[in-house]
Amino acid sequence: MKCRLCGQEAHISLRSYNTALCSQDFVFFLEKRVSDTIQKYHLIDKNDLPIVAVSGGKDSLSVWHILNRLGYEADGVYVDLGIGDYSRESLEKIKKAAEQLQRKIFVFHIKKIFEKSIDEIAKAIRRVPCSACGMIKRYVMNKVCIDKGYTVLVTGHNLDDEAAALMGNLLYWKEEYLWKKSPFLEGREGHLSRKVKPLFLCSEREMAAYALISDIDYIYEECPFSVGAKSLTYKNILNNLEETSPGTKLQFIKGYLKTVKVGEETQRDISYCASCGYPCYGDKCTMCRLLDRFHIENRIDFDVYSDNLDLSKKMMT
Amino acid sequence: MIIDLDGKTYEIEKSMEVSRLLKQLSLSRETHLVIVNDRLVTEDHRLGKDDRVKLVRVVSGG
Repeated sequence: MKCRLCGQEAHISLRSYNTALCSQDFVFFLEKRVSDTIQKYHLIDKNDLPIVAVSGGKDSLSVWHILNRLGYEADGVYVDLGIGDYSRESLEKIKKAAEQLQRKIFVFHIKKIFEKSIDEIAKAIRRVPCSACGMIKRYVMNKVCIDKGYTVLVTGHNLDDEAAALMGNLLYWKEEYLWKKSPFLEGREGHLSRKVKPLFLCSEREMAAYALISDIDYIYEECPFSVGAKSLTYKNILNNLEETSPGTKLQFIKGYLKTVKVGEETQRDISYCASCGYPCYGDKCTMCRLLDRFHIENRIDFDVYSDNLDLSKKMMT
Repeated sequence: MIIDLDGKTYEIEKSMEVSRLLKQLSLSRETHLVIVNDRLVTEDHRLGKDDRVKLVRVVSGG
């Protein structure tokens, strides 16, 4: 196959676009797609102060890399779940990326506050690890934005993540979640940060190719608790469809965006946590209730790694 | 050629196209990228008997 733009040997075929590109032109193509998504959906303004939720995986490290290449000076936030080598290796990859980008990284170590890993916390509150993990991550990532003045939280959710989640919500008709399938989620001044997904229209395959071509050193291993996750089953089904009908995932998501009025929350009575101000449906948010349950009075704090990683320092929020 | 898939290595003598290799291993081009001698290649790339081939899984998440 030849690159459609330069005629040299192609390195990736993009069947959903009926084309093939060499590495150099593919990087240009993908970065332009992310830039166009940011512009079209007004995801990040030049006056914004963005921070990227990084996990050490290909998508979050790539979006962090791309934003900084596009001129958006974005720092990072990482939640260390305390899952042995998996968490340690993820943090090493993130520190390396922070050093290369010369950006700051905020790290929340679950074990420092709870003295337990995520699976031990989940067991104690009788939840599955993914549920406890999601709850804590949402809280911590919001908190770093509110406390440190970041105006937008960027996540690495890609086309496949969104298509799989949409498929799951449609199969079980979870109408209350359908509005969330959007490239952005509005915030609430002083309480909830605005969230954006610049990779909304970039496939998982494209993001893996981008990370490989750009020498982004990401963690290849999966979270040990993701084994058997339904989202992986949906991704498998969608990839089988994509194999025979290229462009299916893109049409699924694009069609959804055209059909549904996105970014608006369904009407529910939302109040704010009496302890911390985080949006909740009662007097206290789930995170404050969790801290109460474990009799933890310490405030949520972050380790901060600056661009010179030898000068790591701790900051209280 | 030497094939690396999820940390396991396999040896295949016969020269073939990438698409055929993926088919033989029951892998989809949607879920795996193919790196030959440290370079990403397309499905029509002809693999040689001395090539080092790495198959990279792209699907992640839970």
